[in-house]
Amino acid sequence: MTIALRFKDLTLGYDRHPAVHHLDGVVETGDLLAVCGPNGAGKSTLLKAIAGAIQPLGGHVERLACAARDIAYLPQAAEIDRSFPINVFDLVAMGFWRSAGLFGGLSRAKEARAFEAIASVGLTGLEDRPIGTLSGGQMQRMLFARLLLQDAPVILLDEPFTALDSKTTADLLEVVARWHGEKRTVVAVLHDDEIIRRCFPKALLLAREPVAWGATEEVLRSENLLRARRMVEAFDREAHECERVA
Amino acid sequence: MSALYDLFFAPFAEFEFMRRALVGAMALALAGAPVGVFLILRRMSLTGDAMAHAILPGAAIGYLVAGLSLGAMTAGGMIAGFVVAIASGAVARATALREDASLAAFYLISLALGVTIVSLKGSNIDLLHVLFGNVLALDDATLLLLAAIASLTLLGLAALYRPLVMETVDPFFLASVSRAGAPAQLLFLGIVVMNLVAGFHALGTLMAVGIMMLPAAAARFWSADISRMVVIAAGFGLASSYLGLVLSYQSGAPSGPLVILVAGVIYLVSMVLGQAGGLIRLLRPRHHLEA
Repeated sequence: MTIALRFKDLTLGYDRHPAVHHLDGVVETGDLLAVCGPNGAGKSTLLKAIAGAIQPLGGHVERLACAARDIAYLPQAAEIDRSFPINVFDLVAMGFWRSAGLFGGLSRAKEARAFEAIASVGLTGLEDRPIGTLSGGQMQRMLFARLLLQDAPVILLDEPFTALDSKTTADLLEVVARWHGEKRTVVAVLHDDEIIRRCFPKALLLAREPVAWGATEEVLRSENLLRARRMVEAFDREAHECERVA
Repeated sequence: MSALYDLFFAPFAEFEFMRRALVGAMALALAGAPVGVFLILRRMSLTGDAMAHAILPGAAIGYLVAGLSLGAMTAGGMIAGFVVAIASGAVARATALREDASLAAFYLISLALGVTIVSLKGSNIDLLHVLFGNVLALDDATLLLLAAIASLTLLGLAALYRPLVMETVDPFFLASVSRAGAPAQLLFLGIVVMNLVAGFHALGTLMAVGIMMLPAAAARFWSADISRMVVIAAGFGLASSYLGLVLSYQSGAPSGPLVILVAGVIYLVSMVLGQAGGLIRLLRPRHHLEA
């Protein structure tokens, strides 16, 4: 067993208010981990911290599998300017940035890989379409194709299936399963318990504090879910300084 | 036949100053086109205008120190442009004011300062020269400067192309895979300033931004593909330079404003006839397809 990510007494938040409070634990290489919990539980914040987009208020994240910039991260609402004149193929090819950089050409092999990625998310034939003409589901398929090209050992997905129909969700879950088969580490924030139970062997239930972490069936027991709901208290203006010591 | 020759070729065949003006204006148009396209795609059209005004006090101080000297006014303009760009960016990041408001504040101060300095020291003729440029009086050194800036711009944009496109389409993605976003943005602003300074020698501070924005805006009505837009914009810019100079020679009207006016006419015609979102296409859309 090798460790991909280790959280050491990790506290994350905004304006000193914690969104994730004193989290300890490890994500093993090849884990397919669902992060779940009520709204405001700190799930998205945790992914941002893993990706290196925010700095912890306390403790730290150790990335043992790769550097922060080699982690592939699909945020909840990708801020894409859909009016920009760029087509599907070019946007997907952005996934090659780490290997191509400023001037690197797109070799035949890379081109073939891009077409293959587009095919495996079911967008063949739309390569030349401007991104502004895609539907919500096609957008998400395109972003998954870009993730495929990033070829990252660690992949973070923030509510990737929200507002998608069942066919699109099923297709994209197949991509996730393929990553799992390739021993990549996948951490996904999800709300749909049914999907988590069916496709994710491990789960972390967050409610600012970690409630449970382990095999999905154990984590998603009803007493845990109830406890999580109670623990997400209101954002407290008068909160005192936390005195808990690691 | 000879009437056409007299109209379109004779001015350039007979007068060296016309040939110089043509070369200078074409260098400006060629480099300005891709810069304008990126300004439009990044929703920074008005930033170009604001930066053009911001350059004035720098050029004016250069003028105050050394008179109508190419080097001093160029250096002054560049420094003023960079100071305003960096200062307004820093104010926007550090305070509650947004970038457009802080840029407006800085360029207005800058413009007032510039006009004051020029009027105090020089005559009205000098002020006119700075505000409107003089494309018919380009000397060797100025031409070399324009050519050098155009070459640097094209090379620079080629190098920045990927991060600039990525920073515009999906800034978060670029930030997650690379640190190139912020330097690319800063270098791009540097390129904008450089082109405005080049433009101000030929067309003046008020007109410099025109040769950048109008052809690019017109090109948007003909294509929704970024590389095609750049080529079309460059074509429009070159045509405006040539036709503007011809018209100016034949009519005796000032050449800088005429170049920009021709670009303006091309823009208006494109707005009506353009195949990619022009008025006629919008009013009389083609029948929808089967799938």
